Amino acid sequence: MPALKDEMLPIRADSDIVLVRQAARSWSIDAGFSLVEQTKMVTAASELARNTLVYGGGGTVRLEALEENGRRGLRLTFEDRGPGIPDLELALRDGFSTGTGLGLGLSGSRRLVNEFSIESQRGEGTRVVIARWR
Amino acid sequence: MERIPILKMGDFLLVTIQVDMHDRLAMTLQDDLTERISRTGAHGVLIDISSLEIVDSFIGRMLANIAGMARVLDAATVVVGMQPAVAITLVELGLELPGVRTALDVDKGMRVLRHALGRPTPQEADAGAEG
Repeated sequence: MPALKDEMLPIRADSDIVLVRQAARSWSIDAGFSLVEQTKMVTAASELARNTLVYGGGGTVRLEALEENGRRGLRLTFEDRGPGIPDLELALRDGFSTGTGLGLGLSGSRRLVNEFSIESQRGEGTRVVIARWR
Repeated sequence: MERIPILKMGDFLLVTIQVDMHDRLAMTLQDDLTERISRTGAHGVLIDISSLEIVDSFIGRMLANIAGMARVLDAATVVVGMQPAVAITLVELGLELPGVRTALDVDKGMRVLRHALGRPTPQEADAGAEG
């Protein structure tokens, strides 16, 4: 499905996570999301941007405004060229963490969106795609 | 360096988070607060998050850490003013802030702190202690 509009942002530092949150907020508003929907999307974006930075060693996020059968949506694609995730099933479990976090980044953000997919290759990187629809 | 101000009012420390904090700023606040509790001997910490538009797992962990460190330093912590959309999202994210006391607004938060320290205001003492 072609996006109505798209933009790519770098995730290289703490301050970029804030910029990703702000972009996710403004794109969620443009998609007509309610306040709760906006908050869920922005929170998921914050978790995944931090994962990209902390575990992936930095990367990018692509924002895409979608429309399908009159429904509007927002898709975010987080990509890094980090070490990859050896055991995806384990990484998606609540409370699993190799870092200093609470282990809610992946499992928690999955609950905040309508669509969630993750691909990871050892030594090549990780890509997480999320989408929310109005 | 950017810092979040910490106000002292009697025995209590008050913090109002009004900016979208990046992670390092959140860590600095955690360290600053712990240091201030220990230096001033404050017995209560009130954190107003009514301006925060999201609380993700990092900020949630910071709030839980502050409450934990404060407890060890003999101070009670209350987090006040969480927006409803933030509360809904937090619970769905799986973050229930164990060990963090919350109140709807600053007034109620101050009451929680005073009760935690066993010193209700004279009016409250007259009206009888709340459950």
